[in-house]
Amino acid sequence: MTGAQSLVRSLEAVGCEVVFGIPGGTILPAYDPLLDSTKVRHILVRHEQGAGHAATGYAQATGKVGVCMATSGPGATNLVTPIADANMDSVPIVAITGQQSRPLIGTDAFQEADICGITMPITKHNVLVTDPADIPRAIAEAFHIASTGRPGPVLVDIPKDVLQEQTSFSWPPEMRLPGYRPTTRPHGKQVREAAKLIVAAHKPVLYVGGGVIKADAHAELLRLAEESGIPVVTTLMARGAFPDSHEQHMGMPGMHGTVAAVAAMQKSDLLIALGARFDDRVTGQLNSFAPDAQIIHADIDPAEISKNRRADVPIVGDCKEIITELIDALRTERETATKVDLAPWWATLNSIRETFPLGYDWPDDGTLSPQYAIERIGQLSPADTIYTAGVGQHQMWAAQFVKYEHPRTWINSGGLGTMGFAVPAAMGIKAGQPDRTVWAIDGDGCFQMTNQELATCAIEGLPVKIAVINNGNLGMVRQWQTLFYGERYSNTDLGTHKHRIPDFKLLAEALGCAGLRAETREEVDEVIGKALEINDRPVVVDFVVGKDAQVWPMVAAGTGNSEIMAARGIRPLFDEDL
Amino acid sequence: MTRHTLSVLVEDKPGVLARVAGLFSRRGFNIESLAVGRTEYPDISRMTIVVSVDELPLEQVTKQLNKLINVIKIVELEPSASVQRQLVLIKVRADATVRSQVLETVQLFRAKVVDVSPEAVTIEATGTSEKLDALLRMLEPYGLREIVQSGMVAIGRGARSITATAVR
Repeated sequence: MTGAQSLVRSLEAVGCEVVFGIPGGTILPAYDPLLDSTKVRHILVRHEQGAGHAATGYAQATGKVGVCMATSGPGATNLVTPIADANMDSVPIVAITGQQSRPLIGTDAFQEADICGITMPITKHNVLVTDPADIPRAIAEAFHIASTGRPGPVLVDIPKDVLQEQTSFSWPPEMRLPGYRPTTRPHGKQVREAAKLIVAAHKPVLYVGGGVIKADAHAELLRLAEESGIPVVTTLMARGAFPDSHEQHMGMPGMHGTVAAVAAMQKSDLLIALGARFDDRVTGQLNSFAPDAQIIHADIDPAEISKNRRADVPIVGDCKEIITELIDALRTERETATKVDLAPWWATLNSIRETFPLGYDWPDDGTLSPQYAIERIGQLSPADTIYTAGVGQHQMWAAQFVKYEHPRTWINSGGLGTMGFAVPAAMGIKAGQPDRTVWAIDGDGCFQMTNQELATCAIEGLPVKIAVINNGNLGMVRQWQTLFYGERYSNTDLGTHKHRIPDFKLLAEALGCAGLRAETREEVDEVIGKALEINDRPVVVDFVVGKDAQVWPMVAAGTGNSEIMAARGIRPLFDEDL
Repeated sequence: MTRHTLSVLVEDKPGVLARVAGLFSRRGFNIESLAVGRTEYPDISRMTIVVSVDELPLEQVTKQLNKLINVIKIVELEPSASVQRQLVLIKVRADATVRSQVLETVQLFRAKVVDVSPEAVTIEATGTSEKLDALLRMLEPYGLREIVQSGMVAIGRGARSITATAVR
C-alpha cells in the first residue's frame, strides 16, 4: 500500500472518527484513500483555522483526540493559531500536514513552509516523517503524546512523496519515546503532607483549574469538597468542574471573577491548587496574590509547579489519582488531628458573597442588556447544553451568567484568548456530541473572523446555535478605552450598528442558517425559544445590545487582586476591611 | 547569577538542537557555551550547556527542557564533582623576536603548538574556561590574530555514568 493508505489505516486504527480539514497539493495523496474510509469522517471546512478550532472543540467536548488536516505552506500556517490555542489550553489535538516532497524540502518550493520549525514553540511535539514505514508509528506516537500527561497539540508533517511511496502497514507499531514518561501516580508522602496542611488550615480554598476536567476528576472533586467542607473556586478553564448550584462554590476567580472567589483566595491561609497554573489573569499582581496563603500545588506538569508562585507542597500527578488519594489521606489525618472549625471562614465568605453577588444593571439608554440575553440562553436551554464562546466581554458574561453544572459543558479559549474561536469550536463540539444542544456565545467582532464555518455546519448537518452578542464594537477593548484611555475610542467601532454591515440575519441566511434577531427585552425569550426549536440547520441570533455595558467585577491589569472593583470605583476589599 | 553546567542526553534526531536552543531563547536565557556530540550509545547525543542563571529560573528551564519529548535526561554537573574542559585554538603573532617568549607561555600552560609560520604560531590548549582565559591574557600582548573556542564538555567524577542509568 501507499504511505497515504497507511496514514488512513493508522487513523482508523487509533480510533479517529472525524477529521476536519481542507485538501491541497501536497496532502492530496492522503485524501484519495480517505474517500473510501468508512470509519473516518472528513468534514470539509472553509478555512484551516476553522479545522484547528473544530478539532479543539471536538476534543474538549468528548475527551478524545481532535484531528485536523491541511496541506503544506499556507494550509499549514493557517493552523498556527489554533495549534497555539490548543497548546495554551492543553488540548489534545493532532494536526496532519502535507509537506513538499523530500527532494524539494529546503528549496523554497511552491507552498513550502517549515511548519515543524514554525510550530516548535507551540506544540507539545512535532515530527517530520521522512520514511513511509514510519507513518503508523508517527501517528500512534502523536495520539499518545497528545492525550497523555499534560495534553497538548502534536503536529505530524508528511512530505508528498512519502505519502505516494509504497510501504507496508502493521499495527500496533512499537512506540519509541525514551524521553517521554509522564508522572501520573502522586507521591504518597506529598499527599500526606498536603492532608496535614489541609486539616490544620483555618481558611482553606480549593483552587480548581482545567486539569480537573481533563483528568475527569469532577466526581472526586465533589467528594473532596463535601467531605472537607472547603470552599471551591473554578477558573475560566474549570467552569463546570464543580456545580455552580453547589453552596460551597464561590464562583470564578480572576480578573473578572466574583468578589467572593477573589476574596476567598486573597484572605486564604491555604490554597489547594488542583490542575491550575496560577495564570496572571487569576493571580493579578503576583506579589500581592493570596499573601497569607500556603500553597499545595497539584499538577501533572512538573514545570507548572512553583513557576509563578512557590509551592509549599508540590504534588506531581494525575488530578483524579491525586484527589482520590488525598480523600483517603484526609480521612486518616482527621482521626488524630484536632478539628478546625471552618464556620468563621464561611461566615466571612458568606457575608462577602451576599454583599457582592454577580449582577448587572440595565443600560440607561434603553438598549438590550447583553448579560440578560446570555443569562436567558442559559436558563432556557436544556440542562446538558454545551456552551462555547469567542473572546471578550461576551465570553466573560457567558462564564459568569450561564450556570454550569457539568464538566465539558463550557469550552472556550482561555490561555491564548483567540477571537473567532466560537463558531468553529461549536462545529467541532457538535460533531463530537451530535445529540446535545450547542450554543456559541459570540461577539460581533469575533463572529466576523470565522463565521464562514457556518457554511460547513449547514452542509455537513451540524446544527449549532450562535448567539451574536452584537454591540457594534470590539467591546472589551472599548471597555478598556472607557476605563483607561479617557474614553477615546480608537478603532473599536465596527459599524455593525451604525450601518448594519453586515446584517447578521441576512448573512446567516446566506450561509444556509436560520437568521433571527432580538433588539428588546421582550424579544429575547421568543427568539431563544425559536432557536431551540430549529434543529435542521444552524441558527444565528443577532442580539442587538447596548455598547456601554461592561464586564464587572474587574481587577485592572497590573493591579493586585485586593483592588478588585465590584463595579466602577467600588473596591470592596480595599476600601473596607471585610 | 551563577554559572551552571547542564548535561543533557537527547535522542539523536533532526531538529533536537533547534528545540533545545529555541527553548532557552524563548524563555529568556542566554547560552554561554554549548557542545553537542555522540555518546557510547548510537541513538543518544549529549549536550553540555553552560548558562548563567539564578537557581529558580534554572529549575524552570530544566523542567521545561525535560518536557521536550526528545530530551531523555538532564543532570547538573557541579564543578567540584566533575571534570570540565574546553578546547581553544589560538593564532598568535610570533615573529623571531618574540617566538621564544610565546613558546615559553605555551609550555607554562601545557598547551601545544599545532602550526607554525614565519609570522605566527597556532596554539592548541585545553582546560577549564578559567585556565584558557588566563592563557589568552598572557598571549594578548603579542597580538591575537584569531581565536576559535569549543563549547565546554563535562563529565562527572567517579565510576558512575549518567548514560547507563538513562538507557535502562
